[in-house]
Amino acid sequence: MTTATISRRRFLTGGGALIVTFSLPLELGAQTSTPPERLAQYAWIDAWLAVGGDGRVTVFTGKVELGTGVETALSQIVAEELDVPVARIAIVQGDTARTPDQGYTVGSKTIDQGGPQLRQAAAEARQALLEMAAARLGAPVERLVVKDGVVSAREEPSKRVTYAELIGGQRFNRAVTKTAKPKSPAGYTVVGTAAPRVDIPGKVTGTHTYVHDLRLPGMLQGRVVRPAAIGATLESVDEGSLGGLPGVVKVVRTGNFVGVVCEREEQAIRAARELKVAWKDGPALSEMKELYQTMRGARTTDRALLTVGDVGPALAIAAKSLHATYEWPFQMHASIGPSCAVADVRDGKATVWCASQGVFGLRDSLAELLGLAPDNVRLVFAEAAGCYGHNGADDVAADAALLSQAVGRPVRVQWMRHDEHGWEPKGPSMVMQVRGGLDAQGRVVAWDYEVWTPTHSTRPRSEAGNTLAGQLTGRAIKAGLSGGDRNAKYGYVFPNGRVVVHWLPRAALRPSALRGLGAPQNSFANESFMDELAAAAGADPVQFRLRHLTDSRAIAVVEAAALLARWETRPSPKPGAASRPVATGRGIAYVQYENENAYVAMVAEVAVDRRTGAVRVTRAWIAHDCGLVINPDGVRNQIEGNVIQTISRTLKEEVKFDRARVTSLDWRSYPILTFAEAPDEVEIVLVNRPDQRPVGAGEPAACPVPAAIANAIFDATGTRVRTVPFTPERIKAALDAVTRA
Amino acid sequence: MASQLQITVNGKRYRVEAAPDTPLLYVLRNELNLNGPKFGCGLAQCGACTVHLGDRAVRSCVTPVSSVRASVTTLEGLGTREKPHPLQQAFIDEQAAQCGYCINGMIMTAAALIKRTPRPGEAQIREALAGNLCRCGTHMRILRAVRRVARA
Repeated sequence: MTTATISRRRFLTGGGALIVTFSLPLELGAQTSTPPERLAQYAWIDAWLAVGGDGRVTVFTGKVELGTGVETALSQIVAEELDVPVARIAIVQGDTARTPDQGYTVGSKTIDQGGPQLRQAAAEARQALLEMAAARLGAPVERLVVKDGVVSAREEPSKRVTYAELIGGQRFNRAVTKTAKPKSPAGYTVVGTAAPRVDIPGKVTGTHTYVHDLRLPGMLQGRVVRPAAIGATLESVDEGSLGGLPGVVKVVRTGNFVGVVCEREEQAIRAARELKVAWKDGPALSEMKELYQTMRGARTTDRALLTVGDVGPALAIAAKSLHATYEWPFQMHASIGPSCAVADVRDGKATVWCASQGVFGLRDSLAELLGLAPDNVRLVFAEAAGCYGHNGADDVAADAALLSQAVGRPVRVQWMRHDEHGWEPKGPSMVMQVRGGLDAQGRVVAWDYEVWTPTHSTRPRSEAGNTLAGQLTGRAIKAGLSGGDRNAKYGYVFPNGRVVVHWLPRAALRPSALRGLGAPQNSFANESFMDELAAAAGADPVQFRLRHLTDSRAIAVVEAAALLARWETRPSPKPGAASRPVATGRGIAYVQYENENAYVAMVAEVAVDRRTGAVRVTRAWIAHDCGLVINPDGVRNQIEGNVIQTISRTLKEEVKFDRARVTSLDWRSYPILTFAEAPDEVEIVLVNRPDQRPVGAGEPAACPVPAAIANAIFDATGTRVRTVPFTPERIKAALDAVTRA
Repeated sequence: MASQLQITVNGKRYRVEAAPDTPLLYVLRNELNLNGPKFGCGLAQCGACTVHLGDRAVRSCVTPVSSVRASVTTLEGLGTREKPHPLQQAFIDEQAAQCGYCINGMIMTAAALIKRTPRPGEAQIREALAGNLCRCGTHMRILRAVRRVARA
């Protein structure tokens, strides 16, 4: 591990005063909080890529690999434009001293928003290289061809020059003018192919370096000691309780933040466990069993997201009307690797290696926490276990920074399992209520949707208070209201509709972004209710949906999923299903992610054991349209992951808490899907649309999963379940209630 | 207090200094720089830290280093990038990883299974992996990779 001696920023600004005269890619300005003077640096090709003397291409990107395969996909995009093999590309990710700020790696936006910037930079670089080659070879640009980084004259192949010979090791010193035209997708040879993931060989042989694996000279090991209760304040720390423990370097106490720093990792773990700390309880948390009731009764900030026609009168005159309420609990990211970071804070400067989804925002947050100027703080992304949103990655970076500052040496901190389960920000609970009406022909005439949700994002965007260490040292969380309204709007055409979000000012547990934010929950309600209306209309669930869709891409995925699943056209529930001890059924759900991105339809097949209430998803069929597909295997991997993870969230997951703290502190108290429970088969059809903008695949396929399962349970048993998770106890109780009634 | 201990890892003999109750995991990672095994829970619940003791797959996060008698094999000892173990190759062929943090445990557990039961059936594979957690949802690919070797 070395720290670059020349700061990339100085390197970037080396272009001189001229840089301010070049205009910026507009989309870059729109997605980042970076000040304009810093953005000006990215107007140079050199900010985005460099060609080495060996012909290798180094790409600098603010987007980071979270396990979703974007390192490979972004490499493909650059390889395509530059005409170099993927294997010759190295990507430098998320380094505040070396890479552009491309905003946060979130929201399935890397391919959508980060991709075009790299594509344009690579196209400009290729254009520059062709011009250089033209001069060198004495042939006009139009007569040149490029293959594997070698430029040659079409008619005289002996006239050739390599990229390395043209520019190897030197700067382009050219602006990204946006005049170079990227290739047309019709001619793609690298984009659209299932290029193998560049990181997998290292990951299966133990040679891939995760943030957990960084070891700096003189590095110490730290652990944090979290409060005994959420909001508790520190009364005293008895350092004497560590008497005789080997390797203790320092007990660090700042405000309510407590940590230990030791020579060795096992020593730090033991010291954190044995340190006697007295805490004074904070205000009591809400009663968990009254969670949804409390949310419904809270004072909220209300926003209408959509108003079409007039739902009130339409409902009043509907031939049939229904209403239903759906509930979704707190859930956690539950990364397999507890969060980890390494910090080196001394002599008024800080370098922090961490797995943040936004190193630039976190840099400013840590600068505030450490009392340093942002320019003296460098954050370097290093991959961790999958985060699936805002987990403990930012918090642990702040922990490591505080502990390193206290001892003036590099400190590595990895959270323990109970730290991660107990203190990572949680995907917050939500309540959704829908009223709907049908006309005599079984068409939806009114749809009235309300959702109660707190914000789904409290990421550090420059505020120290959005990290745990910041809160423990006396700062408050600052966050707007976002995410809970994602996919609240229905995806159909109805004559009368209203969608309202009731924003809660606070949540029982610290909320933040968990994969899809509010989209899986809102889609659960929307697509369950659509099924309830189909059943009320006596209609087949696929036909009923198609009846209310006009967008051809939406219709295409619904039809493709039904075809793949060999869907049997008939209304739910399945005739005669109620009599079998293990009932099977199928359900469909359709979602367009964020109402404007990828289209996904899914059919789930379930087996419900009436005796135990256990539900198993036996098969899943997914049709997915995310526009132009960069890497089909990468997209499939993301779809499979979304489906399995969301089956787990739907069937099993709920964060438990008492009046003081989270009580789901390990994998027994917060179980996730196991191999025994995984489906027999997940079948996917990709609807590739090379003429359409490529959009993300990291989140959309999560959205239809909960409703597809609920609808399949209804098909199998005739019983509708509206509260997640669908645990055996809950399903058994619902089945028994129907039997009694 | 720290003691001098001898352990054999990936065919090499090492003398390490550690308190006897130190979990093997920290010795492998921090003393021998073997990053294959990962800390996941410290509770033997997730399998990320799995290594072989002799032919047995064990959880190195709860195995005191002083209790180790058999030779230890880690993911690095199973195979390398240049000469991967058939399972490592199968995981590459099936692209069976997302973040990859759990993959050490998947491969080490499956390797022990296949050594014990060279042609395991589907139920045996799922049963063997039941204690290994994957959060990315790579289950279907992991199963395909193990089947590829089990049916070879």
